[in-house]
Order: sequence, then structure tokens, then C-alpha cells
Amino acid sequence: MAGQQDKAAARSGARLWTGFRFLSAGLLLIWLVLPLLPLAIWSFAKGWFFPDLLPRRWSLRAWDYVFSDTAGLFDSLGQSLVIALAVVLVSALVGLPAGRALGFYQFRGKQLVELIILAPLIVPGIAVVMGLHSLFIGLGLTNNLAGVMLVHLIPTLPYMVLVMAGVFANYDIAFEQQARALGASRIQVWLFIMLPSILPGLIAGSLFAFLVSWSQYILTLMIGGGRVITLPLLLFNFANAGRHDITGALALIYILPGVIILLIMAGYLSGRGPAFGGTGRP
Amino acid sequence: MSEPVKIFLLLAPALAVIVLLFFGGLLAGLLQSLGYMPVIGLDRISLDAYRAIFSSPDFIRSFLLSFHIAFSSTLIAALLAVAAGLLLRRRFFGRKLISFLFQLNLTVPHLVGAIGILYLFSQSGSFARLAYSWGLIAGPADFPALIFDPYAIGIILQFVWKELPFIGVIVLANMQVLGTDYEAVARSLGASRWQAFCFVLLPMLAPGLLSASVIVFAFTFGAYEIPALLGAHYPPALPVLAYRHYTDIDLAARPEAMAMAIVIALLSAVMIALYLRFVRRQLASHKTASQIAPFTGRPGDRR
Repeated sequence: MAGQQDKAAARSGARLWTGFRFLSAGLLLIWLVLPLLPLAIWSFAKGWFFPDLLPRRWSLRAWDYVFSDTAGLFDSLGQSLVIALAVVLVSALVGLPAGRALGFYQFRGKQLVELIILAPLIVPGIAVVMGLHSLFIGLGLTNNLAGVMLVHLIPTLPYMVLVMAGVFANYDIAFEQQARALGASRIQVWLFIMLPSILPGLIAGSLFAFLVSWSQYILTLMIGGGRVITLPLLLFNFANAGRHDITGALALIYILPGVIILLIMAGYLSGRGPAFGGTGRP
Repeated sequence: MSEPVKIFLLLAPALAVIVLLFFGGLLAGLLQSLGYMPVIGLDRISLDAYRAIFSSPDFIRSFLLSFHIAFSSTLIAALLAVAAGLLLRRRFFGRKLISFLFQLNLTVPHLVGAIGILYLFSQSGSFARLAYSWGLIAGPADFPALIFDPYAIGIILQFVWKELPFIGVIVLANMQVLGTDYEAVARSLGASRWQAFCFVLLPMLAPGLLSASVIVFAFTFGAYEIPALLGAHYPPALPVLAYRHYTDIDLAARPEAMAMAIVIALLSAVMIALYLRFVRRQLASHKTASQIAPFTGRPGDRR
């Protein structure tokens, strides 16, 4: 009798627990998308005034405006893209060899090198960029794209180095040695042995670096000096000016590359063994 | 080519970029915080700027506000991330969707999250409208000020929204590496669910959880655009105060702006030291974990 009661209590306890888990999963799900909803709604609203829960009238006005020449979207999009692509290219060219050194070799001072590369990832941009701004003024690197590209390297390059170090830690140099022994030139080894086996990691690192550059705000604001208006700066201006419908549309455009990159990564990270490439080590 | 030379050549470009830009920027900031600005005729080194900011109530208020923002955001995000990890490590309907949303959230820039939070929680935002339609408030002014407020609630909400998935992804990865065997052993030896969590799982999660939290703390302490958008005009968060001083037309405010930048940098240096400690402990604990693994039955479960 008592045993049955215990069992019944345990069962209702378990049911309560399951209910609680579903409830919290539901809340978490809602919370994760919630801040994006008003942005999407605003972008299609024709005025949306208190206390309406949804706009009374819908329109494509904000989207029309955003894609017109006066909004400045195309300039901003272009600048954001040019900066991010250049930064990714330089990060890859400079970060790949460093990643190889850190992934492959044990050497004296390695911890110090790792510390130097880690520091820019943790120290906030504002702490560095004010001093850098005063240096850049003298070098003619303020208020132009070149300066902004340089300063974006501070957060992007360390990411690239760390990703590539991970890739090379999983890379067997014997393949290169065999190719060399069989008569391949150094360049042939790079092109046909190293590049194909690190390519997935290189792409992943590049996509990361792209997103990191894409989301920079204070570095661009300080060094660009109001002359370089990337997408986040344009977005901030409209948000601050209270143009909610245009802000909503711009915000959706702004997050699009991240969504696309996530879908690409999810596609080729799933299922395959060493996710970021490399050859596997013996 | 000898190996040290090769290593040096491989590392040199990346180190040059980081040392010149990052450490160069820090050094220039440090010199100017000490009052060394030859361009405008100041070449005497002094601690005046530091004395000035540490005796200024504005700076102290902004520092404390930023500390409150960083501490509260990190603590809440970390607690929720552990809870979310416990939830998501089990299989259930909708788990994949939540994991996808976690990752989606990681790609959304902070600024977008901040604008979303603004539209949700402002006094004429979605929640105020809900409260009105349920008859809880008579007008926007009755809704509690959660944005532009002195307690920085809107800022903290935004950071929790963004950093919960960041810490959550790391915690979840750790949980999957650890598996549930250790807890199962503890449970079979008579530990309660709560004891198994507190004394078995949590200590093993701690290094990963703490190292992620330290990164979040440094970021939330030094972020500019989120408090610039969601913060009260006074007191501003420390990065906003530093930026205002730097862009002040009065050049004399500059050393103080730089001193604030150095304070932020010093605080993040402490965070780096903590991070390295936790990461090393994590490596050590994973080594121990793989040593104990054979005794817990199914080592093949582990990656």
C-alpha cells in the first residue's frame, strides 16, 4: 500500500519535472527570438503607436526607403563589405603561417606568443582605440578605409590564428615530406597538399573573421571619424533618430550574412570527423 | 633553414601586426594618460590624470555602474547557461531548434540585440503595450523604466540575451564531453540529484564555465555601443564616459580619457590572468577525467 503511494508520488513528481522542463524549454525558445520580432514587425509597419500590440496598417515604405539612393544603405553595405573582405584576406595571409607555427611546433616562449595573441580578444576595443586614434592621426590613417581596415585586424587576426593553430595541431606533416621526397616543389606542396587539407578550417576561420569585422562598432566610429559609415553605424544613427521602421529593415539586412554563414557552417560541420580540416595525426 | 628561424618567420607577420596595432595603441594611451603629449606641448610625465579621475565622483559612479553591468550580466548569463545546458543535454522535442537558435544568436551583432531590447522593454515598447492591454498600467509613464534607467536593466537584459548562448554553447560542449556517467556513479552510491549536480558535475564544469564567464565579464565591462544606446545619460557606463572625455573639445580632458582606457585595460588584464588559470585547470581536469574514465564503465561513450 505504502509502496504504491510512493510510486504514484514518484510518477506525479516525474510528470511535474517533465512539465517544468517543457515550460522552461518553451520560455528559452521564445526569449531567444523575442528581441528580433519587433524589428521585423517595425520594418513592415506604417506607424505603430501605443497601445497597439500590432501595427494597424502595414506597408513596404521602410523597405522602399532603405533600397532608395537617399538612405545610404548601398554605400554602407559597400564599405562594410570592402572592409570585411580586405580584413579577412589579410588575416588569412598573416594568420595562416602563425597558426602553422603554433599548431605544429613546441618552442621556447610559446606561452608568451599565445598570450600576445589572446590579449586582443579579451581587452575591449575602447581601451586600445583611443590611443591608436592619436597615433593614426599623424599617419593619415584616420577618416579613411585603410585605417578602419587596419584597426579591424586587432580583433579578427587573433581569431584566425587560433582557428588555424587548431587546424594545424591536427595536421600530419608526413604528407608534405612524402610529396617532397617524390619530387614535388615547395609551391606544389603548398598548393596540392597543405591547402586542400586545411581548406575547411581556412574557410571556417575566414567566415568567423568576416563576422567579427562585420559587427565592429567603436573601432570604426573612432578611426573612421564619421567619414566611414559602415552598416552598424548607419543602423545606430537611425535607431538613435527614432526611425523605427527603417531601423527594423536595416537590422534585418545587417543580420543576414550571419544567418547565411551559420547555414553554410551547419551544412559542412555536421557529420564529418575533424570538423575544421587537417589530415588527422598518426 | 633551422627550425627556430622557421618558427620566427612564420610568426613574425602576425606578431608584428598585433604588437604594432594592439600594444602600440595601449602604449600610446598609457603615455597620454601620464600627460605625455608632445604634439600639444605637454612633455612632463605625471599621475595627475589618474589622481583627477579617482577623486571624481563621475568616474567612480561610471566605474561602479560598469562593474554592476558586467557582474550582473555575467552572473545571470552563467546561471541560465548552466540551466539551459542541463535542459539541452537531454533529447527532447525541439532540442535541435533551440540549439540552432543558440548559434543564430551568436551571429547577431550586439547592436541589433540592443535595438530589439529597446523596442521590447521601453515605456512604449511591446511589454508596456501588453501591460496596458491587460489593464496593469494606465499609460506609458506607468511602465517601469527599464531602458535609460539608472540600474542599467535594459543593458543587462541585452547582455544576458547575447551571452547566455555564448556560455551555453561552451557549457553544453563540456557536458557532452563529460557524459552522464560520473553522475550516474554518484547516484548509484546514494547521492541525490542535487548532490550529484553540486559535487560531481558542477566542479567538472567549473573551469570551462569560469573561463567563458571571464571573457564575458571583460566584454560587458568594456562594450561601448550597447550602453550608448540603452543607458541613462547620467551616469554613463565607463566606456561611454571615456569616449565623451576623448571627444571633448577641451584637450585637457584627453589624459583623463586615456587614464580611463588604461583602467579598463588593467581590469581586462586581471581577466586574462584568471582566464589562463581556468583554462589550465580545465586541461588538467580533462586529463584526470580521461584517467578515471576506465573505472566508470563505458569509456567508449566519450569523445
